[in-house]
Amino acid sequence: MNAPLPRQWDSLRQNRGRRLERAASLGLAGKNGKEIPVDRIIDLLEAVIQPGDRVCLEGNNQKQADFLSESLADCSPERINHLSMVQSVLALPSHVDLFERGLANRLDFSFSGPQGARLAKLVQEQRIEIGAIHTYLELFGRYFMDLTPNVALIAAQAADAEGNLYLGPNTEDTPAIVEATAFKGGIVIAQVNERLDKLPRVDVPADWVDFTVLAPKPNYIEPLFTRDPAQITEVQVLMAMMAIKGIYAEYGVTRLNHGIGFDTAAIELLLPTYAADLGLKGKICTHWALNPHPTLIPAIESGFVESVHCFGSEVGMDAYISARSDVFFTGADGSMRSNRAFSQTAGLYACDMFIGSTLQMDMAGNSSTATLGRITGFGGAPNMGSDPHGRRHASPAWLKAGREAYGPNAIRGRKLVVQMVETFREHMAPVFVEELDAWKLQKSMGAELPPIMIYGDDVSHIVTEEGIANLLLCRSPEEREQAIRGVAGFTPVGMARDKAMVENLRDRGIIRRPEDLGIDPRMATRDLLAARSVKDLVRWSGGLYAPPSRFRNW
Amino acid sequence: MIPSLASRHSWFEATARKRIAGLLDPGSFTEILPPAASTPSPHLAKLDLPGAFDDGIVIGCGQLEKQPIFIAAQEGQFIGGAVGEIHGAKLVGLLKRAVREKPAAVLLLIDSGGVRLHEANAGLIAISEIMRAVLATRAAGVPVLALIGGSCGAFGGMGIVAKLCSAILISEEGRLALSGPEVIETVAGVEEFDSKDRALVWRVTGGKHRYLMGDCAMLVEDDVSAFRAAATAFLADWQEPAPSVGLLRATQRQLENRLTAYGAYRDGLQIWAALGVTNPESVPLLDRDSLVALKEGLPT
Amino acid sequence: MEKLNFQFESVPALPAADPALCGVVGSGNLEILLNAGDAPNLCVVEIKTAARGFADTWQAVIGAFAAAHPAGGTRIAINDMGATPAVVSLRLAQALAEYQGGVQ
Repeated sequence: MNAPLPRQWDSLRQNRGRRLERAASLGLAGKNGKEIPVDRIIDLLEAVIQPGDRVCLEGNNQKQADFLSESLADCSPERINHLSMVQSVLALPSHVDLFERGLANRLDFSFSGPQGARLAKLVQEQRIEIGAIHTYLELFGRYFMDLTPNVALIAAQAADAEGNLYLGPNTEDTPAIVEATAFKGGIVIAQVNERLDKLPRVDVPADWVDFTVLAPKPNYIEPLFTRDPAQITEVQVLMAMMAIKGIYAEYGVTRLNHGIGFDTAAIELLLPTYAADLGLKGKICTHWALNPHPTLIPAIESGFVESVHCFGSEVGMDAYISARSDVFFTGADGSMRSNRAFSQTAGLYACDMFIGSTLQMDMAGNSSTATLGRITGFGGAPNMGSDPHGRRHASPAWLKAGREAYGPNAIRGRKLVVQMVETFREHMAPVFVEELDAWKLQKSMGAELPPIMIYGDDVSHIVTEEGIANLLLCRSPEEREQAIRGVAGFTPVGMARDKAMVENLRDRGIIRRPEDLGIDPRMATRDLLAARSVKDLVRWSGGLYAPPSRFRNW
Repeated sequence: MIPSLASRHSWFEATARKRIAGLLDPGSFTEILPPAASTPSPHLAKLDLPGAFDDGIVIGCGQLEKQPIFIAAQEGQFIGGAVGEIHGAKLVGLLKRAVREKPAAVLLLIDSGGVRLHEANAGLIAISEIMRAVLATRAAGVPVLALIGGSCGAFGGMGIVAKLCSAILISEEGRLALSGPEVIETVAGVEEFDSKDRALVWRVTGGKHRYLMGDCAMLVEDDVSAFRAAATAFLADWQEPAPSVGLLRATQRQLENRLTAYGAYRDGLQIWAALGVTNPESVPLLDRDSLVALKEGLPT
Repeated sequence: MEKLNFQFESVPALPAADPALCGVVGSGNLEILLNAGDAPNLCVVEIKTAARGFADTWQAVIGAFAAAHPAGGTRIAINDMGATPAVVSLRLAQALAEYQGGVQ
């Protein structure tokens, strides 16, 4: 009998060596083996990427490795095909081109906002196979388990001659991607906006980077988190007042994450005015896991905010952030260091509250932003908007919520997960529905699960213009349902409420109307907003905030 | 918080009625044809569109620092402040009454994209009647002041009306031009003018540019009480010669010279440099007082 | 455009400023003109709205308003450009407060 063949234990390393040799044989080793001329990028990609590879194209809802994505899409499908893409966000047209042009056929991702409709079409035509739609943390986790990239195509602000990278304020996903790829025999290629003799700081050491290419234009960044205060409505001001008085103040929420909508922007802008008048400065909203929302500037300037850790940066905020290094995480060079993986972890385990908005909510409290004909995913929202059963440290807000949910002898606390919605959206579309569109979407896409953003059993409170429903205090599914109907306003499901039961819930403080909170809706005017225009935000920042042109009216 | 931000009442954000209430002496305003007595547009009703009780313009009499004033305010939120038949007739009627009763001034709070397209010819006729009435009012010795700082600016026919007034007071947020940015882009293409580049739109039509070019008498903070103070100060010093052919000729020459000097430029930045501004890029971020100081220091 | 007419029984209002106007006919907004009416226990409502097909919702929103506030003896005229029920309720409350001279 033959002895078993000795197993080769470094096949990944050897394979990596062969890829680098192919590149070198094409003269693509550069003077330091790292710098590649921009006009040879397709040669490089075709040399180091093999059919069937798992490829990570860096891009989130902010920073995008757009040049590398377009270059990959321009590679020959004869040379490169059957790629399995693992990436946070499918945002650029070129991301979808990879599938339409036959280079890639499988996708694991988290979010696909603008390309959601094209993606749905490709799925229905069976030209793309979706592995799974993840949250960011799940996807990052799987980079270190079973979805480790063979090749990572990333975006950096600058590289030096040795291949060290400076990521700038938009660090975002880069550390997670590079660490997984570089330490498991993968190849890391970075597009950079500039080459510098000396970097402001080293964010990624040259040892972890194989090639750098100077992109023809700076990588694209979307100003996704800028909300113009001019568009905040009186109804949003009213809901913000209710949230501050009925939730933030009652639970003493100090560590939190906000969604990106106008509802939560209104809360940010009421902190220096309404919340300050309630004497809440220093008692709420001191520590944040949040992108640098321009609407947070007045609260920071008013001394409400002690610390903000960011997933990424925001266009126009860099100078302001640098000048407020006590608040933001900044390097010795002065610029911010963001980090999506760490900030998501903070949002999941270190925050006492998540508050955000949704497009639809059903009578069990399940909510979704998925709409028919689009596959979008939810990015980080499900991580933020969930009660983590792995949490063990206590805080007053967490304990109070836990006792409301589980009784006075509770052995655990509870995260506050708040959904804040006006009962009708634009064009009189009701937010509260008997059945989420997500279920129809699941059927039409043949997915294993309906795309639910936040599960009903994770939701603790619902805030609408009609009132606050505290689901923690509900003691049966029937009570939960009536608590939700009881704040669903004049939507069909709201009008179908059991009026007696809703009044009973109100007597027990499970539903609270504005007047129960001592709030007169007629006092909810935009005059309460600390800033009513983008220009006001610039003034608050002392001229440090430089908003993008599209947000200006001067 | 910054106290000046807390107490500010933005002109840009205010409704027509709020602007009047904050501009005039408290309690002095009497509305002519108030909503309960007015008629909504019959043209909009025929097109199956809801009208506004006051047809988007508030007119009446009041006092500014105890001086008798006639005032008209367009509501920019109602169909972009556009001028329809009733809207126009209310404004013309007010101006005709001013010729008769000779108040200390007529204040036009302009916030309009021009003619209401739904009312086509009726709107166009209304605009020409307003133009004639403004000149007749001035000829009768009553100054007509245009106050511009609303979200719709003063465009189209109302841009012309503004220029026919005795003077224009404008905020940085205000805009003044004939064709609106979207119109120019639609007609001449995005290469000619990118209407989505808002900073460019303001560099070409905005209050600072108009003030630097000498089109507007005063640059005012975006604040209701600042407009009140500016209008009061302006009227206290007001003198104007009666309109004449000679004055028109002089204005025509100035405009021809302006076209020769700046006609080839594509951006306010280039014009400001030609005006002698040493650091044109800084202009959009200058506050009102700094910009006024900068203009006063420019070579004439 | 849709024209709707309703009337609701309601406790008499105490007019101080007749008529009262609230709101602007702008996108997602509405204007409300509140006049004294003839019958002291009736709130008579006339609506012109750009959004068709929401008669039931209007009836529910204004019915709830007339039940919760003293709105009898009034005629309410509304020009609407697609306001949500939240905005309608808020404007009704503001207009009534104005009509009653700022009484809370």
